[in-house]
Amino acid sequence: MTVPILKQGPFLIATIQAALTDTDVLRLQEDVMQQVTRHRSRGIVVDVTALDVMDSFVSRSLRGIAMMTRLRGASTVIVGIQPEVAFAMVQLGMSFEDVQTALDLEEGLALLQARREPGDGAG
Amino acid sequence: MAEEVEAATNGNQQSADLLKELVAHLSANRTNLRQEWARRIGEARLLTALTPEEIFNEATSVYDNYVEVLETGLVEALQDYARNLSERIIPRGVETDEVLGIVLLLRDVLARSLFQKYQQDFAYLNKVLDAYEPAANRIANTVAINFVQERERVIRQQQEAIRELSTPVLQVRERLLILPIIGVLDGQRARQLTEQLLRGIRANRARVVVIDITGVPTIDSTVANHLVQTVDASRLMGASVIITGLSPEIAQTLVTLGVDLSKVNAIGDLQGGIEEAERLLGYQVSLGEGAADESR
Repeated sequence: MTVPILKQGPFLIATIQAALTDTDVLRLQEDVMQQVTRHRSRGIVVDVTALDVMDSFVSRSLRGIAMMTRLRGASTVIVGIQPEVAFAMVQLGMSFEDVQTALDLEEGLALLQARREPGDGAG
Repeated sequence: MAEEVEAATNGNQQSADLLKELVAHLSANRTNLRQEWARRIGEARLLTALTPEEIFNEATSVYDNYVEVLETGLVEALQDYARNLSERIIPRGVETDEVLGIVLLLRDVLARSLFQKYQQDFAYLNKVLDAYEPAANRIANTVAINFVQERERVIRQQQEAIRELSTPVLQVRERLLILPIIGVLDGQRARQLTEQLLRGIRANRARVVVIDITGVPTIDSTVANHLVQTVDASRLMGASVIITGLSPEIAQTLVTLGVDLSKVNAIGDLQGGIEEAERLLGYQVSLGEGAADESR
């Protein structure tokens, strides 16, 4: 199952809709990088609300996306981590320390917008 | 074989007859035995939480139920009564040993009256007791078990209530939650706290959470690590956590234990924590004109 990536102004929104296989995850990484390059996006929101489990491969790959997009000048926000998932991740030692997180899509976009504005001058 | 069966049936029949006789005896002497029982309850200083009239009324009901069980062999009515009685007397501080005590007293009072009645014929007395004892023990059992069950039900209910009360999640401003924690934090409570907090973040769309542990006397390393994990998990959900009210003793203990709290945003007291939270959220609090005038 592929993850749709939508363009919203200067940002991209990738909404994961069901549990992902390892292939899907790698495909998502690839797609995000292509889209970031094509649209010259400044930020990506990855919405994981639909995931009720997050294994180490998925979380490592999401972190990977954040690292890769940074190299293209775009920041990544992971949004919608469920309470149970959040605590399970921390217990497994995957606490996403260098990745930005937000409650939901709206918050994530607001966060990216806020980052952009100071440097933008015009706003 | 057939003889044996017949003998057994005879035996049963005989014991049923004996019970019938017993019931007739107990019904005939209802007033006396009841009074004797109530007197002995008073003597043994049981059920001191109840007035003598109440004891007598309850004694009457128990006595009638008792006789009924002997007569019918069905304990359901007695069970209901025992549960109902327990519900009424537990809140008044009646203890398990008192309930056991009064039931055993009744058994003794009735047994005495049987001794008295059949003292001439020892063999017959033996048979009567054979019929009486199992039934009486079963009754004592039923009452005691129902009392204990009711007590346990009350205890469970209270534990539930305490657990719910123990971790309130309060919203003080838009996107700002406060969790005041009072009392000892054990593993179970810490887990519950995490769960409530993470749900609270989601439900209130919180961005900053202040956990106030002024009311927590001690913390061990397991709970401290759990707190750190909670802080991390909250961050994954997009909320930052401020911990306030770490007492000097707890602070020393945690550092001595080597718990890594470097990622935790800690502030001395709740007031400071709320001010910091407001700053993070971009609130600016100022005294209104009226207040300023008054303070002058």
